[in-house]
Amino acid sequence: MNKLLENPVLSFFVYDTAKITLLLCLLIFSISYIQSYFPPERSKRIIGRFKGLGARITAALLGTVTPFCSCSSIPLFIGFTSAGLPVGVTFSFLISSPMVDLGSLVLLMSIFGVKVALAYVVFGLIIAVAGSSIIEALHMDRYVEGFVTAVKAAESESPSLTVRDRLIYARDKMTETLRKVFPYIVLGVSIGAVIHNWVPEEVIAKVLGTENPLGVVIATVVGVPMYGDIFGTVPVAEALLVKGARLGTVLAFMMAVTTLSLPSMILLKKVVKTRLLYTFIVICTFGIIAVGYLFNLLQPYLI
Amino acid sequence: MKIKVLGGGCDDCDRFYENVLIALGESGADAEVERVEDLMEIVKLGVMSVPTLMIDGKIVLLGQHASAERIKELIKANE
Repeated sequence: MNKLLENPVLSFFVYDTAKITLLLCLLIFSISYIQSYFPPERSKRIIGRFKGLGARITAALLGTVTPFCSCSSIPLFIGFTSAGLPVGVTFSFLISSPMVDLGSLVLLMSIFGVKVALAYVVFGLIIAVAGSSIIEALHMDRYVEGFVTAVKAAESESPSLTVRDRLIYARDKMTETLRKVFPYIVLGVSIGAVIHNWVPEEVIAKVLGTENPLGVVIATVVGVPMYGDIFGTVPVAEALLVKGARLGTVLAFMMAVTTLSLPSMILLKKVVKTRLLYTFIVICTFGIIAVGYLFNLLQPYLI
Repeated sequence: MKIKVLGGGCDDCDRFYENVLIALGESGADAEVERVEDLMEIVKLGVMSVPTLMIDGKIVLLGQHASAERIKELIKANE
């Protein structure tokens, strides 16, 4: 076994998989406990108390603590819209929820440091608020499918939970998430291990490092159609960074993978017209590219 | 009592529904069970997360899977 672990590829693989899996369990458990206070039904009611920009900011912030998976984006979209929330507010939530959550904050902190993690969260929230404000200003509510706005949703009362209920909820979410995400961790760590050991530094520096001014654009465009979890993208990002890719380029890749993906676009297409879908994709892509360049500029101050 | 089981098309939802049936069988409660699988119907009830359990119009479990044992407790508490 010891002999095996001296193999650099294998040791990177074993160490990273174990580290990320352990972190995931710890994180998801504690975060799910907090999230049990914010089911989407409750977040919807809270957001409904605000108007205009305030509502979009609240939606972005609540997006970070509301449990979310791309499979729930459609009921969420219909639920928010039928409750009378403007389309911009719903998109603010839909952008921030997968991109920035408590999990990504703690995970980034433990791997890239506090400053990078905080900057990631702040910039992510800015993309959500600015992007959704543009969607609102363009009067995109015209492009929501008619059957969505036609629904009348009842006001529902969320059940009150005891500490025991919340602990059970957190435990269930942890096992469920681990089951769902584990293949992505293994895949992410494998790609990370390949980069770590076989991809020459010069290649990465040329494509994603200081030598290529278009590195951020390439990383974003490659990341957009990909479907992945933040726990799967971190090992790839980490390996790229070690090999000389720039911080902004790597973070733009992470944001692109987590926020936009082909499966989520196909789902969204069911509730919005093509025009709104494209606007959403274009705004997110440009937002992520802008943040990527900003991170590259700030890199000397962040790490 | 009227029981609504919200959610369809996911493994968790199917297992949850089975657990509700088991819980009902074991508790012997007199209940009418309705499974709501259509997304639009679920949203109309004010719910966005599944699986969800409603007893007599009240949400007792929201967006959470549960064992038959636990569902039995909830049925008892809301009888």
